[in-house]
Amino acid sequence: MKRRRTLPGFGLSLGLTLTWLSIIVLIPLAALFLKTFELSPDQFWNILTSRRTLNALKISFGLAFAAALVNLVMGTVIVWALVRYRFPGRRLFDAIVDIPFALPTAVAGVALTSLFAEKGWLGAPLAAVGIKVAFTPVGIFVAMVFIGIPFVVRTVQPVLIDLDPEIEEAAASLGANRWHTVSKVILPSLIPALLTGLALAFARAVGEYGSVIFIAGNLPNVSEIAPLLIVIRLSEFRYADATAIAVVMLVASFLIIFVVNRLQRWAQTRVPAH
Amino acid sequence: MTMELQQSLEYAAPEARSHVRPFAAPDDVRSEPKFVRIGIIALATAFLSVFVVLPLVVVFAQALSKGVSAYFAALSDPEALSAIRLTLLVAAISVSLNLVFGVIAAWAIAKFEFSGKTALVTLIDLPFSVSPVISGLVFVLLFGAQGYWGPWLQSHNIHVLFALPGIALATSFVTFPFVARALIPLMQEQGTQEEEAAISLGASGLQTFFRVTLPNIKWGVLYGVLLCNARAMGEFGAVSVVSGHVRGETNTMPLLVEILYNEYQFVSSFAIASLLAMLALITLIAKTMLERHIDEEELPHDD
Repeated sequence: MKRRRTLPGFGLSLGLTLTWLSIIVLIPLAALFLKTFELSPDQFWNILTSRRTLNALKISFGLAFAAALVNLVMGTVIVWALVRYRFPGRRLFDAIVDIPFALPTAVAGVALTSLFAEKGWLGAPLAAVGIKVAFTPVGIFVAMVFIGIPFVVRTVQPVLIDLDPEIEEAAASLGANRWHTVSKVILPSLIPALLTGLALAFARAVGEYGSVIFIAGNLPNVSEIAPLLIVIRLSEFRYADATAIAVVMLVASFLIIFVVNRLQRWAQTRVPAH
Repeated sequence: MTMELQQSLEYAAPEARSHVRPFAAPDDVRSEPKFVRIGIIALATAFLSVFVVLPLVVVFAQALSKGVSAYFAALSDPEALSAIRLTLLVAAISVSLNLVFGVIAAWAIAKFEFSGKTALVTLIDLPFSVSPVISGLVFVLLFGAQGYWGPWLQSHNIHVLFALPGIALATSFVTFPFVARALIPLMQEQGTQEEEAAISLGASGLQTFFRVTLPNIKWGVLYGVLLCNARAMGEFGAVSVVSGHVRGETNTMPLLVEILYNEYQFVSSFAIASLLAMLALITLIAKTMLERHIDEEELPHDD
């Protein structure tokens, strides 16, 4: 530890880091909490329990969780195909997984809307069988699935690649059939990574705005997400309402960060370090 | 059906072990029956094609739906040009701010041991987990007319909100972690030996950084800048809250996509969107190439 201090610039670089971090991130976030403390507990409670706020929070959290579950299942299927099998276009599909990360959310929003609108490429056949996606809660769900795709794949991928093949061979040679080996040996060692991916996809979908608002329909109490309600309250100059909803969402994302950190520590104790 | 399959495999196992095993490739026990393999591959590629490839194709199809000339006319519209200019300017500001910060933060975190380091890294990561709308809202609470510093700014005629400084600040918040996150693991992996050697040979701190550290991390820096830039140019939620949507003045490209779309000017909207989609694709390709270089950077230099 002493040896490391032989390099210069520790005080300066740490000082600059803390200053810049405070200016850009910490002070603005503190402003949000300060503003909340200006509200009386009654006011705060009334804002949060108003029908429109409750419904918006329910829609955001509920659909985000449903979408994260789909991402968990499909992410597992995708990561298994990418890591374990060789097929034409594998590397291309591996790269494609990152597109929801890279594509600006507004672009994803207009593209998904156009795709799932009643006259869209997918919307038209779906409408023919009586399924309406765009401008309904289903649309919100579809957009949230889209933006959550990379999380499970990218958290599980390195763990699955590093998994010791001897464990599987041992299981097989001890007489376990393939299904038992996968479900009793491989999947349990992937659980921390799977849950991390689930939590990250959920966190992203809860706060998502750009890719959702175009396809959502934005009907109060039906298809209005919480981030949109914050924007609406701001445009009505109802700062207190906007702040109260924002604080609830921010605390929720802090909790998710905490859970993810715990999961990662758990993962480190389970899988031997490489 | 799975039960049947399970049983038949179970019964086959001892026999397979005694007779077939010596000749079977070790991979056979680590793979699934052929129909399962094909099913999983088909499901994965179909899902990615429908949910990821198709939306991307729609962007370009819609942008070119009225022909190439309509596409280029939409892009050379004065409003589009001003949005492109503003987007480039905002990205340049926030990327350079976060580049300097990211390198300094990575130096402090990767090259020294101190208590509270994990907490500091968590705080740097924080903007990743904040909803974009909230990232914009916090600046409204600081600089808005009802905000903490709003009245003072107003009396001094300084415009932060609904102007360039606000957009640049919100973008810097959202893109804050990218460069630091790209550099911290890389610099930790590389350790401090080379820098210590340089110092002991009489190099100054800055000489050590520019001659020893920077050449070692150049691809990592580029990687961070690349991702930071992509997010800065594409940010929608945070910028939407602080921009005020003044036409021709405070609209970035993603905001113009929204406005034109809501006005049913689909060709124009998707034309701008196609530029952003191309940015995303180029970023991904460059990212894949850089990842290869970074893998080489991480290798110890002394062997």
